[in-house]
Amino acid sequence: MKITQVLKAVATAGALALFMGSAVQAVTLNLGNGGEPGSLDPHKVSGDWENRIVGEYTEGLVAEDARADAIPGQAESWTISDDGLVYTFKLRSDAVWTDGVPVTAQNFVDAFQRLFDPATAAEYAYLQFPIKNSSKIAAGEITDFSELGVKAIDDKTLEITLEASTPFFLQALTHYTAFPIRKDVIEKFGDQWTQPENIVGNGPYKIVEWVPGSYIRAVKSDTYYGKDALAIGEIKFENSEDLTAALNRYRAGELDILTDFPADQYKFLQDNYPNQAHVAPFLGIYYYVLNQTKPPLDNVNVRKALSISIMRDVIGPDVLGTGELPAYGWVPDGTANYEGTPYLPAWAAEPYDQRVAEAKALMAEAGYTPENPLKLQLRYNTNDNHQRIAVAISSMWKEIGVDVELFNAEVAVHYDALRAGDFQVGRAGWLLDYSDASNTLDLLRTGVENNYGRYSNPEFDGLMDQASKELDLQKRSDLLHQAETLAMDEFGAVPIYWYVSKNVVSPKISGFVDNAKDINRVRWLSKSE
Amino acid sequence: MLGYALKRVLSAIPIALITITVCFFILRMAPGGPFDGERALPPDVLKNLRAYYNLDQPLIVQYFIYIGGVLRGDFGPSMVMTDFSVGRLLAIGLPFTLMLGFTAFIVGTLAGMLAGAIAAVNQNKWPDYLLVFVVLIGLVIPNFLMANIVQLVFGVYLHWLPVGGYVPGSAIHLVLPVLILALPHGGRVARLVRGSMIEVLGTNYVRTARSKGLGTRLILARHAIKPALLPVVSYLGPGLSYLLTGSLVVEQVFSLPGVGKYFITAALNRDYGLVLGTTILYVFIILALNLLVDLLYAWLDPKVRYR
Repeated sequence: MKITQVLKAVATAGALALFMGSAVQAVTLNLGNGGEPGSLDPHKVSGDWENRIVGEYTEGLVAEDARADAIPGQAESWTISDDGLVYTFKLRSDAVWTDGVPVTAQNFVDAFQRLFDPATAAEYAYLQFPIKNSSKIAAGEITDFSELGVKAIDDKTLEITLEASTPFFLQALTHYTAFPIRKDVIEKFGDQWTQPENIVGNGPYKIVEWVPGSYIRAVKSDTYYGKDALAIGEIKFENSEDLTAALNRYRAGELDILTDFPADQYKFLQDNYPNQAHVAPFLGIYYYVLNQTKPPLDNVNVRKALSISIMRDVIGPDVLGTGELPAYGWVPDGTANYEGTPYLPAWAAEPYDQRVAEAKALMAEAGYTPENPLKLQLRYNTNDNHQRIAVAISSMWKEIGVDVELFNAEVAVHYDALRAGDFQVGRAGWLLDYSDASNTLDLLRTGVENNYGRYSNPEFDGLMDQASKELDLQKRSDLLHQAETLAMDEFGAVPIYWYVSKNVVSPKISGFVDNAKDINRVRWLSKSE
Repeated sequence: MLGYALKRVLSAIPIALITITVCFFILRMAPGGPFDGERALPPDVLKNLRAYYNLDQPLIVQYFIYIGGVLRGDFGPSMVMTDFSVGRLLAIGLPFTLMLGFTAFIVGTLAGMLAGAIAAVNQNKWPDYLLVFVVLIGLVIPNFLMANIVQLVFGVYLHWLPVGGYVPGSAIHLVLPVLILALPHGGRVARLVRGSMIEVLGTNYVRTARSKGLGTRLILARHAIKPALLPVVSYLGPGLSYLLTGSLVVEQVFSLPGVGKYFITAALNRDYGLVLGTTILYVFIILALNLLVDLLYAWLDPKVRYR
């Protein structure tokens, strides 16, 4: 082939591609989805970028509304027994899978049995452990799956029995671990069942194309009961791991929504793209763990000095630039079933100089002075933002006579070290799996794997046990508040800031509602050209 | 020469085996594993996962299970991208990476040779200075920054080209990625060609040709180009393998479906199967390219002959 022929071919291909691009009739939502999904199997996924896809092609008993609150999904109604143990769900008569097969209660029974089956090795199975006998099945103690507290009464009636009354159970059911599956499809295709040519779902959209590293394309499902209300005809979940590049694509109009953006571009976005950058409180906490199994951090006064000498108000606006709110307590504001005033220690209101003076006195009492500084290693996983915060905090700690050595490692190594207790101060973060205070407070219980600092107080554990058995929501909330106050007064960990969700939403998109779970299902969105 | 080629092909087998073995054990010695994420998994779940991927077996048993699989053409499952086998991921990504890499290779090599030759002929005149400057820019600006600049200029400001993304069959989406990938390669080629061309143009036989009254073009075409290409050819092998393995940044910035990124991400995720799969793949690519270059070299330079 001659060069001119090659050029002609290239030009023709390019023109053809442009033409094909503009010929698509349906409204396409181009969503900068973040990372590459490792899986589309609801029992294997774990990331929010995976949830965004899985939650569009499958729907559970309850779904999320525009504010991500629980609303009827595949179940049109349900009743809860007086003791809070038995939930009876009535499935919609028009709930149908994409291949035309009706959704039955058995699909949910199959799904929960598979979720807890040790052979599935589902990472997030524990989120549904409120269900009777589920944890025993997952641990292999019960091998007869029919003992699981999920039963199909008839084709359209499902009964779920719990171990104990769980006020957040309906919240937990919005999670993808509670989505139904098609056992026959999985048995037929094995690990390959989520490939576009095999996949069957019951959600608003249907996966039609998956190009790893690039995008996943989904189109409106014609079997979904709410299909007529869907304004978006097609979704392209674009891989947008490189945040700067994704922002460039947004600016050129190639992406309609970004689910994250570089924090240092917030000001630029506010100035040049007014009202398009959405920063909203999000159920998650960024914190430092202090290893309390070894001196000197087993000393509550040293922990106190470290915590009160952190100037939290500057972290969000100045260090990160996205205005994250300072955290003094352990349960994010806006968490469901958690009434009452948020925990706020008295020292938080004191002037910073006074706090530093107090911290210095505490350190001196423990034997540390600027001449004889406390040497601490601060570990964090490699990331620009973690580094900035670590540098800022170590300079604050220098004031009170603490000499900090910074140590960073990639994620897997970092968390391996935290779990092994091989650290002094470590960076950690927690995003709530569901909106309930126990989800963060459990991190401070004795013997819990994710309790990296090994905070341990029998009184705290006792309050948590009591709360888990309490049926009265108000009393339960009081007990959890007591537990939070206790652990925070003892500086069981050092909260730093509350996470925020960072979205960029084009003015073409309407229906996008900021919410604390940062879940925006596409069925509530529309796009104008 | 055929015997030599055959010997080289056969010697690739022990090299590949040693690479797999070393890689397999080094990978296991690295701290952390594929299931160490931000959250600790419940011990039972972890046990189930480890059993599922044979990670609960003694290391040496795992090694033989793996080698056995490879010999049967099965690279095992990916532990992070669980819906795909390593074989399938490579099968999807490799054709794209090869296409992108070879396109950038051809574009970069041709442009680089042309630029180098022009610069050499016009040594110390303005075209030389200009080209040296452009080449320097191409070499010193890291590709993620360069990618960002061209995205902003051609995509965001001028609206000439798409900023990123992949559309099957669309060539226009590949213009910027190819440019970014070809730029440093072309720069290196240009520098080599310029240097060796200047050297060749100063040799006695070129002076002789000139004194015979031959024109510059004829001298270049008949006497200068072939010897000036020798150092370039020996660079082309490593250069191409660099283009094929070094596409991580380009793939990530432009959201492209290649295999280059697995090199880094799989290692960071401790996705054992995928790390080994990509390594084996590239061992063969690099061995094949080196062989090709050696044979090409023999053809170009009569002084080099293989038995």
